[in-house]
Amino acid sequence: MSNWIEITAINEIPVLGSRVVETGGQRIAIFRGKEDAVFAIKDSCPHKQGPLSQGIMHGTSVTCPLHNWKIDLASGQALGADEGCTNVYDTKIENGMVFLQL
Amino acid sequence: MKQNLVLIGNGMAGMRTIEELLKLAPEKYNITVFGEEPYGNYNRIMLSPVLANEKTIEEIMLNDEQWYVDNNITLQKGNKVTEIQRGYKKVIAEDGTEVPYDRLIIATGSTSFMLPLPGADKYGVIGFRDINDVDTMVESAQQYKKAVVIGGGLLGLEAANGLMKQGMEVTVVHLMNTLMERQLDAPAGKMLKESLEERGMNFLMDHSTEEILGGDRVTGIRFTNGLEIETDLIVMAVGIKPNIDLAQNASLHCERGIVVSDTMQTFDPNIYSIGECVQHRGAVYGLVAPLFEQAKVAANHLAELGIARYEGTMTSTMLKVTGIDLFSAGDFHGDDETDELLFHDVANGVYKKIVIRDNIIVGTVLYGDTIDGTWYFQMMKDETNISDFRTTVLFGQAHLGDAGHGDETRVAMMADSDEICGCNGVNKGDITSAIVEKKLFTLDEVRAHTKASASCGSCTGLVESLLAHTLGGDYSEAPSKKPLCGCTDYTHDEVRSAIREQGLETHETVRRFLNWKTEDGCPVCRQATNYYLLCEYPDYNDPQSRFINERAHGNIQKDGSYSVVPRMFGGLCTAKDLRAIADVADKYEVPEMKVTGGQRIDMFGIQKEQLPAMWKDLSEAGFVSGHAYGKAMRTCKTCVGDSWCRMGTQDSTGLGVKLEELTWGSWMPHKYKLAVSGCPRNCAEATIKDFGVVCVDSGYEIHIAGNGGIKVRVTDFLVKVDTEEEVMEWCGAFSQLYREDAHYLERTAPWVERVGLQKVKDALATAELRKPFYDRFVVSQKPAQIDPWKKHADGADANEFTPIKV
Repeated sequence: MSNWIEITAINEIPVLGSRVVETGGQRIAIFRGKEDAVFAIKDSCPHKQGPLSQGIMHGTSVTCPLHNWKIDLASGQALGADEGCTNVYDTKIENGMVFLQL
Repeated sequence: MKQNLVLIGNGMAGMRTIEELLKLAPEKYNITVFGEEPYGNYNRIMLSPVLANEKTIEEIMLNDEQWYVDNNITLQKGNKVTEIQRGYKKVIAEDGTEVPYDRLIIATGSTSFMLPLPGADKYGVIGFRDINDVDTMVESAQQYKKAVVIGGGLLGLEAANGLMKQGMEVTVVHLMNTLMERQLDAPAGKMLKESLEERGMNFLMDHSTEEILGGDRVTGIRFTNGLEIETDLIVMAVGIKPNIDLAQNASLHCERGIVVSDTMQTFDPNIYSIGECVQHRGAVYGLVAPLFEQAKVAANHLAELGIARYEGTMTSTMLKVTGIDLFSAGDFHGDDETDELLFHDVANGVYKKIVIRDNIIVGTVLYGDTIDGTWYFQMMKDETNISDFRTTVLFGQAHLGDAGHGDETRVAMMADSDEICGCNGVNKGDITSAIVEKKLFTLDEVRAHTKASASCGSCTGLVESLLAHTLGGDYSEAPSKKPLCGCTDYTHDEVRSAIREQGLETHETVRRFLNWKTEDGCPVCRQATNYYLLCEYPDYNDPQSRFINERAHGNIQKDGSYSVVPRMFGGLCTAKDLRAIADVADKYEVPEMKVTGGQRIDMFGIQKEQLPAMWKDLSEAGFVSGHAYGKAMRTCKTCVGDSWCRMGTQDSTGLGVKLEELTWGSWMPHKYKLAVSGCPRNCAEATIKDFGVVCVDSGYEIHIAGNGGIKVRVTDFLVKVDTEEEVMEWCGAFSQLYREDAHYLERTAPWVERVGLQKVKDALATAELRKPFYDRFVVSQKPAQIDPWKKHADGADANEFTPIKV
């Protein structure tokens, strides 16, 4: 039941930056790390639903712009002393294009 | 093939080194730890509270046995190392165990110095150093009545207090006539003695012990003056003695302690030594803060990063006796070249003394009111010139009208339910229990676990005091240098000078050159480094290292929408301007508008996708970004001035517009506000701004470093000048000095308090000195005044604002 959707060219996402994908009323943040690691995570912090896409990415995590929660992009888990989790999605890159599995 | 690392001494210093090492290089070594005591690692500074029944042994455990298992560390507990064979690079323990090492750490600590008195070998004569001593004291208290503590120093008084809490009748014997004479002067020592006497402690001052009396067990003590008193227990607390026998027998160079270099290495480079057994640059330490700094350095070298140096620690002291507030640091006696500032309120039991040399604090003793101890200590370490507030410094930081530190309420007297961190709703009880239960030692750890002081930071001082109070007295909470963030051991100033001196031009080169611990850094260091790079190279910009507000040129709101504030120079506007803003508000269906404190109009609830189009319309109507979102120059507030006001002395609006035209768009360490008032009635509130001008009939007064935020701070008067041109010159020069000298996220108020007003005055004293600052400011403004709104309206970084729809 793999449902891969083509999103955008990898080069359209800044390194250590993100783009927002809107699909069926929900927003998903696509992050690009060093060496073209790509992560997809629900654009909503488990704390107070801050837009994670607007945060600063470092390593494989992102810091929410509203209250500085640090979220692991691979698992969606809050890191450090905070507790919470948000949805993550599978991604892949083929021929320079990013695909997202919903 | 992993190397073998052996640690001798399972105490706080040694284990801190291991913990630091595991953070840096978790897989590098097979680690074996030898500990003489049959426990895991416990917090030795908490022994006094344990004796006083305020804590249990379980509560003061730092690493329990499971921790060693979880971290693959072999713990040889209750097993004493008896020999180091440097030739074979191995250690041999009491039970015959032999462990080879590639690297060895000696952290054998210290023992109580036992006076070699006749009778000192009797039962009931002990030191005060470990759990075993505490157990002996508690057992004695159950069977016997009377105790004598020899030594009226820090440790002796804590032991005496604990024994009193255990129900014993305690006499403290002291050789000198002042208690804690290494930490207190005579008046403070006297106050301490009186309040301890009120609690029931007895003292024999100026008494020297001759002999300990009794059979197998002690029954009494005789002094050199012939006096004899009965006692069932004698605790010797006359000092500590570094444990150096093991090192000495291995022919390592020792004096008072094991001599180490700045890299914590002994004369055998394979052998490190840290903690109370060490002698570094002639000093032997008995407090915790230096040990933690040493541990960091040793770990750095063991991980083969090779960049850290230990340069000694300035220490401060507090007494861990509940209800007695006492703080001491540095040279509190002074000499012919020092001045004393004194405050003595006998009835209220408050004594404060600050010793200064050339207006720099070199020592302090506080009794009864110690809340400002950490502040004085910090200024002592920073060598802050206090000449500008010398007359009020004794009244404390709150009296100074400090900015950014909040109201320093007496932390010890606060109830558990009192709120400390207003941003995150964290109260005192939350913080103290987190410190105890989660075994937190540093401000960063408290921030991570409780969020206290992690947002606006105004309660940082309060949290630090609380940390000090909770952890116990002699824990000196402020490290001698504060690293920029957890990714590096370097300070703001060090990172900045590396950028300047080494010509580092990108984030990556900064992190590589300074051996950052994380590949990408974290939001804290990325934003700070970005500012430092941008300050050095005005064209520099790395959008991904800036907070979203500065990337999207709007202020992110709690629902993820943005606010838009167009600039209105000096607060002046026309009907056409207002109509244009009203049209934009209608067109984009702005849900709410507000007139701001900075005399302009804020439009709320804008979706990110709408921003570029809205900016385009505003830009076409002649507006530029108001930078209401950035660590940047915000506004120049003005009053009406002599163009209309019958009181006005100068054209304050006109000057305000000129100042805003000079400074708009400028990126700053923090937000930066200007104001111009047309007369001393000061309707534009210029005396709470970062740079304020008050016009008077004869010219212009320039005031700096005010703050109307968390804690109101009135500006310091900088200079009076005659012409508008001079105001502009001073404004450019002062702004640039602040940009180049302050730490990122440090507003002008705390910056000036840290470096001293005199430094600012000196740096800008003459036109020749001001000119290069002014010129550099003008250069930095060239790229900064290309309106970011227009740039984005014209299509820059369109991706940032457009979601991908699928």
